Amino acid sequence: MIPLTNDEIARYSRHLILGEVGIEGQTRLKNSSVLCVGTGGLGSPLLLYLAAAGVGRIGIVDFDVVDASNLQRQIIHGTSGVGRPKVLSARDRLADLNPHVRVELFEEPFTSDNALRIAADYDVVVDGTDNFPTRYLVNDACVILGKPNVYGSIFKFEGQASVFNYQGGPNYRDLYAEPPPPGLVPSCAEGGVLGVLPGIIGTIQATETLKILLGMGTTLSGRLLLFDALAMSFRELKLRRDPSAPTIDKLIDYDQFCGVPKRSGSREEHPGAAGPFRRMSVREVADKRASGWRPFVLDVRGGAEAAIVKFDWAELLIPHTEVAGRLAELPRDREILVHCKLGGRSAQAAQVLAGAGFDVVNMEGGIVAWAKEIDAGMPIY
Amino acid sequence: MPVIQIPSALRSFTGNQSRVEVQGTTAGEALTALATAHPTLRKHLYTDEGQLRSFVNVYKNDEDIRFLGRDATPLDSGDTLVIVPSIAGGRA
Repeated sequence: MIPLTNDEIARYSRHLILGEVGIEGQTRLKNSSVLCVGTGGLGSPLLLYLAAAGVGRIGIVDFDVVDASNLQRQIIHGTSGVGRPKVLSARDRLADLNPHVRVELFEEPFTSDNALRIAADYDVVVDGTDNFPTRYLVNDACVILGKPNVYGSIFKFEGQASVFNYQGGPNYRDLYAEPPPPGLVPSCAEGGVLGVLPGIIGTIQATETLKILLGMGTTLSGRLLLFDALAMSFRELKLRRDPSAPTIDKLIDYDQFCGVPKRSGSREEHPGAAGPFRRMSVREVADKRASGWRPFVLDVRGGAEAAIVKFDWAELLIPHTEVAGRLAELPRDREILVHCKLGGRSAQAAQVLAGAGFDVVNMEGGIVAWAKEIDAGMPIY
Repeated sequence: MPVIQIPSALRSFTGNQSRVEVQGTTAGEALTALATAHPTLRKHLYTDEGQLRSFVNVYKNDEDIRFLGRDATPLDSGDTLVIVPSIAGGRA
């Protein structure tokens, strides 16, 4: 193992005087490697702490660019980085934090074609992703390669954390054999997330990663930790191997497995439910409205979203989950134009309405598409 | 009565309640009572065939009911059923 330099000994003093880490543990960290998939809410604190702690080699996979809406929680990035690739923004911050760490960048989507090649070269893989296909891919790649997978996931005010595939312990598929179909579980882009929440879960992931690298303590392997920020409570659940789970011996098409359309790299793309209703682009809606078309306009977003920005010609706000129970409030003698933020929730609502016999049109791309293509004065959230 | 803990992701179907008291001596009875009181929740918990969905786990206290007796898992009045759905984060 490569020993610590005098500069490093000065830097890691508080670890070195900690008997459980010491010179031996710190040297082990210097000679170890971690792959972090994603540099978002979870990856931000995780990467900062792993670099600060002196993990010698850190790989980062992300193909996204920094967006202004990321900065509420993705603390590795800054205002000056908006528009830059996330891996470059993260690399610069980590280089400033700890120049002794070697940072390796993979500015590409993590896919079935590259996952095994990329992950093979690291001791531990950390799941900082934001979608089901990549979570199953990270899991399966770790199982095939025999790497521990440090898991964290968040929604609104709640988080989950665990350590998968470590020392014969259970993995993500033992917890959830299959993903939900698209649309049935809301995303943070729709449901929102408290900015500090990924800070807590990502920091738990960093702690577990360091424990694995140092071989100390009791990890979350075999346990699922739930965190509720509103109640400020932690709950621990037992996680077991599922004897009925199929063997994982090769990577599959995870988009197909999760029922989502092929990604083109655009974040605005939303897997809307297919259904027996009509669809219109925002341009078509604008043109038809200009020529006098006046459908009943139903906004199916949440009240908090409508408070940010709404159409003054929308007639009714019903959150999409409540549409099925409030059909009596809708007219049967008019066309209904339904919209949300991006078009996904409104597609679900349109499906419900079409099934109940309403004459319904979904506005594709939602109010965000309208703000981008029709009315540049509207805010985008 | 047993209590069912509702996760954030499903609270919009329970009128924003995080804990719901239900009648029932088994996990299946308690969940059925919950879905009866909040009908729009049903399709998020059960398939059309009446199977608990594979991306929704239910724990009796800290044990997964898949490894106890599934729907037949007995419940006492002091027990908590915790519903833990699969969550992915940002893009889902």
